[in-house]
Amino acid sequence: MDLLFHQILSGLATGGIYASVALALVMIYQATHLVNFAQGEIAMFATYLCWTLLQAGLPYWVAFFLTVIIAFIGGVLIERVIIRPVENAPVLSVVIVFIGLLVIFNSIAGWIYTYTIKPFPSPFPEKALFDNSFIGPHELGAICVTLIVLALVFAFFRLTPLGLAMRAAAQNPESSRLVGVRVGWMLALGWGLASAIGAIAGMMVAPIVYLEPNMMGGILLYAFAGALLGGIDNPWGAVVGGFLVGMIENVVGMYLGTELKLSVALVIIVTVLVLSPSGLFGRTHVARV
Amino acid sequence: MSAPILQVRQLHAQYGATQVLHGIDFDVKPGGITTILGANGAGKTTTLRAVCGMLRVQGEVLLAGERIDGKPTETIVRRGVAHVPDGRGTFVHLSVEENLRLGAYTRRDKDQVAADFERMYSYFPRLRERRKQQAGTLSGGEQQMLAISRALMLRPRLLLLDEPSFGLAPKIVRELFDILGEINRAEGTSMLLVEQNASIALRVADQAYLLETGRVVISGSAEAIRNDEGVRRSYLGY
Repeated sequence: MDLLFHQILSGLATGGIYASVALALVMIYQATHLVNFAQGEIAMFATYLCWTLLQAGLPYWVAFFLTVIIAFIGGVLIERVIIRPVENAPVLSVVIVFIGLLVIFNSIAGWIYTYTIKPFPSPFPEKALFDNSFIGPHELGAICVTLIVLALVFAFFRLTPLGLAMRAAAQNPESSRLVGVRVGWMLALGWGLASAIGAIAGMMVAPIVYLEPNMMGGILLYAFAGALLGGIDNPWGAVVGGFLVGMIENVVGMYLGTELKLSVALVIIVTVLVLSPSGLFGRTHVARV
Repeated sequence: MSAPILQVRQLHAQYGATQVLHGIDFDVKPGGITTILGANGAGKTTTLRAVCGMLRVQGEVLLAGERIDGKPTETIVRRGVAHVPDGRGTFVHLSVEENLRLGAYTRRDKDQVAADFERMYSYFPRLRERRKQQAGTLSGGEQQMLAISRALMLRPRLLLLDEPSFGLAPKIVRELFDILGEINRAEGTSMLLVEQNASIALRVADQAYLLETGRVVISGSAEAIRNDEGVRRSYLGY
């Protein structure tokens, strides 16, 4: 029983990482109604940027926030330069572009930084506030960071006019133009925010999995499972889903062996899509005609 | 007589190879209501979409003397043209209040916006009752009220209305047009009204144009057209 408890708690820690990547996925989904498969690689690339800044001798938090800003600008640029031309293309073309981005970022990172695994520092102290054997200080810190990001995202979408305009632009581009929303820029902004959130997730996950070009591969899959489980159009749901997936993954690993861990994500994805496509907290769309 | 708020000259529009508008001309007077009447497929909706830049067109569209044709919709909206589109354009997943807030998206005068919320709720008390409700759950009539309120939240100089009577019960149609007339009188908002329901449109409008397969066939003061029995019988069917 103690062991199970331990597994659930440490699942919460990895779940925090899935939650933040899931949050980034949901951001792009809300802005564009597409799932960005390159999300993980963008996060990985941003983490390398942070590593470069740290190597240059910048203090951790300076490098952290610089990376977030650069990732935001990078996300906006990607939308303007690469996604914009395929805006009206069929969904499948856009998905291919996403996969292309994934490969490009992966290769460029390997080319610049090599595939050698690098350690990445944690900004949190060696000893946790509540010293316990269940959950490490970095994991605890990462969970807090995820929750802060979630709160900020929530506040942005619910309380600011710009957030409202972004939601509107995603739902009904034509009506949004008719109230004066610049829809094209809302998409770019969505990409910027998602990249920034992804970058934060990358920097939080790197101390655990170490820095290498393929570090986000499995995580993206789990994050996707989390986002689906929670409801792909609900930021809160995505975060809860991410945590749940982390816990389920760990518990399954304990009882069925670690080889089956990755299948957990796939089982969750298929189960959700079959039983309840809108997820646990997703909105079931109602419309009167 | 002051210059028209909207002047449309030789407006041509097409969808692919199909020509929909064959060079139409019309005006909206400042503070006036112009109505464009016509059957299905006459090009009424296309005309409105052309005015607010949702469609590539040839010809001239002038808002208070300035060319706006070829400008993006967002820019035209920011110059004070609000559009109540065909199908109402409701943000169905947002609340009623959020729909209205979006209407005022381009405005920076916070106090005035707050006052306008109250004004809309006084025109349409049903919207106040349902302000926290998801807009997609409103009835057709309520969504039409919401669409008009959303457009008015812009404080437009020119309001484009695409068949506001569509799908509504006669009683609600009358209420809606009473309110439109009141807004026009009280605030001097110019309107371009596209309608199939000619009798009610001619009652509020001052100018009328009759569109047939993309051409203006009859134009004149609403009163003259209303009183011309021949026109009424052969074109308007009442």
